[in-house]
Amino acid sequence: MAEYEFPEGLRYSEEDEWARLEGDRLVVGITDYAQQKLGDIVFVELPEAGTHVEKGDRFGSIESVKAVADLFAPASGEIIEVNPDLEDHPELVNEDCYGDGWMVVIAPDDPAELDDLMDAAAYAKHVESRED
Amino acid sequence: MRFIPHTEPEVRHMLAAVGVEEIEHLFDSIPADARLSRPLDLPRPLSEQELFARLRELAARNATPESHTCFLGAGAYAHFVPSVVSALASRAEFLTSYTPYQPEISQGTLQAIFEWQTMICGITGLEVSNASLYDGASATAEAVLMAIRLTRRHRVLLAGGLHPHWRDVVRTYLQGLDAEVVELGVGTDGRSEPVDSHLDGEVACVVVQQPAFLGPVQDLAPVAAAAREHGALLVVAVAEALSLGLLRAPGELGADIVCGEAQSFGIPLSFGGPHLGFLAARRRFVRQLPGRLVGETVDARGRRGYVLTLSTREQHIRRERATSNICTNQGLCLLMATIYLSLLGPHGLRTLARDNLARAHYARTRIAATPGVELVHPGPVFNEFAVRTDRPPAEILEEGASRGLLAGLDLEPHAPELGPALLVCTTELASRKEIDRLVNLLGKNRP
Amino acid sequence: MSRGPEKVGNTTRGIAYEEPLLFERSRPGRRGFALPPLDVPEVEPEALLGAEACRETIPDLPEVSEVDVVRHFTRLSTWNAAVDLGLYPLGSCTMKYNPRQNEAAAALPGFAGAHPLAPASLSQGILQLMAELERHLAEISGLDRVSLQPAAGAQGELAGIMMIRAYHRHRGESRDRVLIPDSAHGTNPASAALNGYRVQTLESGPDGLLHPETVAAAMGPDVAALMITNPNTLGLFETHIEPICEIVHTGGGLVYGDGANLNALLGIARPGDLGIDVMHFNLHKTFSTPHGGGGPGAGPVGVKNILAPYLPVPVVRELAGDEGEGFVLDYDFPHSIGRLHAHHGNVGMMIRAWAYIRSLGAEGLRRCAEMAVLNANYLLSRLRGTYHVPYEGRVMHECVLSDRLLQGTGVTTLDVAKRLIDYGYHPPTIYFPLVVQGAIMIEPTESESLEGLDRFAEAMLAVAEEARTDPERVRAAPTRTRLARLDETRAARRPVLRWQPAGPSKRP
Repeated sequence: MAEYEFPEGLRYSEEDEWARLEGDRLVVGITDYAQQKLGDIVFVELPEAGTHVEKGDRFGSIESVKAVADLFAPASGEIIEVNPDLEDHPELVNEDCYGDGWMVVIAPDDPAELDDLMDAAAYAKHVESRED
Repeated sequence: MRFIPHTEPEVRHMLAAVGVEEIEHLFDSIPADARLSRPLDLPRPLSEQELFARLRELAARNATPESHTCFLGAGAYAHFVPSVVSALASRAEFLTSYTPYQPEISQGTLQAIFEWQTMICGITGLEVSNASLYDGASATAEAVLMAIRLTRRHRVLLAGGLHPHWRDVVRTYLQGLDAEVVELGVGTDGRSEPVDSHLDGEVACVVVQQPAFLGPVQDLAPVAAAAREHGALLVVAVAEALSLGLLRAPGELGADIVCGEAQSFGIPLSFGGPHLGFLAARRRFVRQLPGRLVGETVDARGRRGYVLTLSTREQHIRRERATSNICTNQGLCLLMATIYLSLLGPHGLRTLARDNLARAHYARTRIAATPGVELVHPGPVFNEFAVRTDRPPAEILEEGASRGLLAGLDLEPHAPELGPALLVCTTELASRKEIDRLVNLLGKNRP
Repeated sequence: MSRGPEKVGNTTRGIAYEEPLLFERSRPGRRGFALPPLDVPEVEPEALLGAEACRETIPDLPEVSEVDVVRHFTRLSTWNAAVDLGLYPLGSCTMKYNPRQNEAAAALPGFAGAHPLAPASLSQGILQLMAELERHLAEISGLDRVSLQPAAGAQGELAGIMMIRAYHRHRGESRDRVLIPDSAHGTNPASAALNGYRVQTLESGPDGLLHPETVAAAMGPDVAALMITNPNTLGLFETHIEPICEIVHTGGGLVYGDGANLNALLGIARPGDLGIDVMHFNLHKTFSTPHGGGGPGAGPVGVKNILAPYLPVPVVRELAGDEGEGFVLDYDFPHSIGRLHAHHGNVGMMIRAWAYIRSLGAEGLRRCAEMAVLNANYLLSRLRGTYHVPYEGRVMHECVLSDRLLQGTGVTTLDVAKRLIDYGYHPPTIYFPLVVQGAIMIEPTESESLEGLDRFAEAMLAVAEEARTDPERVRAAPTRTRLARLDETRAARRPVLRWQPAGPSKRP
């Protein structure tokens, strides 16, 4: 199995997004597994700030040269911020998926929804099961 | 069998390698009752010699610019094509290759497409162009679909003067979608009736053909302003691409998408196809473009080269969410047009367009002075115009045919309100003498 | 300072040419075109059209001589692989030999110069040819009627799905779901979506085939159609096609056949006899019209009589009885889906396909299918064991392998493809169908000889061997082409889609 990094303290979705609660802001991106699977990211399509999303909604997409993956909201809420650097530098997702490669910030309607997401260990198992 | 190399001993050898006794066992996975138990009912095979005897018989029963001087246009134009175009385009390396999926061994095709994209941008005054669509009609339909996606609005305004067949195709393409098509008519000047009163916040785009189907050059600026005011896109459709040698680039006049038919750029009439649809747009719309796109990049050693790019828009990746279902496009026609435009250059394109304009002006001046016939629209045209006649167009066409003239298009099915009328086109292939013959045929002073 | 060929001439390896963009060859004042003297009075465009309507310049066209143009495009052509140069085993594309006679046929002035709006009385030859081609395609497919109008396979699909939609609507049924197997071409779901249909993907079975129970489970009163490719993109004949069609028909749906792989069935079996209601033909695949670097193709669509009222207009019709003799364009189809093309479709391709069918006849067409299938099975027999075969069984016109047996070498399907270029081959289709990881899809067609297949097989085996002994060499391929691997990521991240006088395109 390839080497992936899944930091502790983040919550993970089955669709390979991570979410980090910072006060009342939920920062969202895609996991190391997802960015490695996609390969070189060439484009990230994100919604405008102010959009309301329901948990599980498709809110954008991420593209490599030969594949497109949808992005799904890990929690319901309003998108209050969108990473402005990704338009010109989609490679940030490959270089630093948990840092500069973040995608959106959601103001969650109900932070308790995060409890449905996986922790790092559970997500690592989830990835492993798909690698076989 | 000329096209198949296998000899019987070779077939035996291969069957043995496959582990099959007889050829028909290769098809064992097809249930016996599903197989055809008789030979296909087709005519006996012909040698090449016999084939061409038959083909010449058939070809001889069609009118062509060689047998008939062609004053027919209406979306398909008889122009002179330099020999270089077909000589280069029939090179096997262009003719018998496919979509350049493997860039390292497709640089010839890729670079030619990149050059086409550049030329179309310059000619239309826009920033991005795709690598062709089927024809002007489907290019217009694709432009409309693109506008619907971009604006997320569902009403489409077809301004008056759009080619009737192109209107039909737009309607066909939209029939399964949640979209409404509003069609405007033309005024007495042959241009679209004003679009303003039909515009509101629900309109995705206004489609205007330039020049209009009946010939008149439309005034794009006010349409562009009205569309912009309501957040609708302006799509300019061009059926006679040569007009762009003289007319201001639609992109400069506010068009967001310019689409149309580039058959005039070196592509034979061939009874209507294959021709060459083109589509160019503003750069910010690039991710909604339909069809192939070629981009510049470098190879592993830093040398300039070209690849198909932004492919995630396309059906083979995005499937039901693709920007279009198009796969095979009009690659070889695009190459022919690129070669043609290279030969003409800016000077040649302009001079040729002026030549066409001068011939139309001459013909119109003569017609205006001829009894029994009149110009329907006195305003500016490029190389095509409508003529009202004092006898049924069918009669004129028939008489013309017997004298070696394709006198034009009978407008009865398309614009019955004009009364008896013909749409006439003058390209560089129509000499003064032949124009004179046409005027004599149309008018009363028949020889 | 060296004055060798690197510095002075413009060749790289002997007589292989470098060539800039044509715009970079431009020299003000050069001309490649001359008009005859104008024999009517000169006009001032600004005076006739108004200065506002006229352009001052035409940017981005080069000023070059005819010699420049000929050299430029001839040099460009030498950078392409092509069927006329050698095997081009691009799976699902049927890159068979394109007879030169077909080019000469389409170029006859009586065809190339025919205006699409000329009166039918002056177009009888071409209309007759079209009517005959329609009849031949109907016979080959076992369908009742054919429209030649669609300009390519994808437009044929669009037409077919539109007719299905019109059929259901006409019967007062609203069905909004289309079933498509996971091995289908991307054009299938894209065409269905363009018609407003929801697409449901059906899983192929472990044998690579679509199974009746899968279709039965997905069937419902809202299903308009099943779209199926047979043989499928794994090169396998869909053995259950008849019961599958029956299930769909019983449920009130129709079956669309993607004709991309028809080459395998010529004279062997007919889609119409198997239960297909509507299908498209790819004249540029099955019927040898050239692929032209990406087109033009032609995608006629054939239907059973139940769908005939919905055919695109105009329909070519032979006059009968009191009407006299000859052919006309018939617009009298009140339930037609309408028009898909400005004129009659890619007629030049129809002429070529007609010439091909008339040259081969029934026996010749059947021989094409037989030798195409023999070639694919022969290649498979030579490559099995060295390359992984994901679905065992007799294949039809193409075979699908994968890179699974190369796992651990670091060499992937992409590397194999690129290394094949060094051996002088256009690579097969790769990473399609999507149901096979690392797919390598090979369609040799009937045009390739035994020794040609053996040479290709040796190359494939040699690459697999290299993957084990010298993987870096494979991963660095191609090394013998003018350009090495191209950076597609860079192209997509910062798209440069046209030349500009100054900027990133400027020659280094």
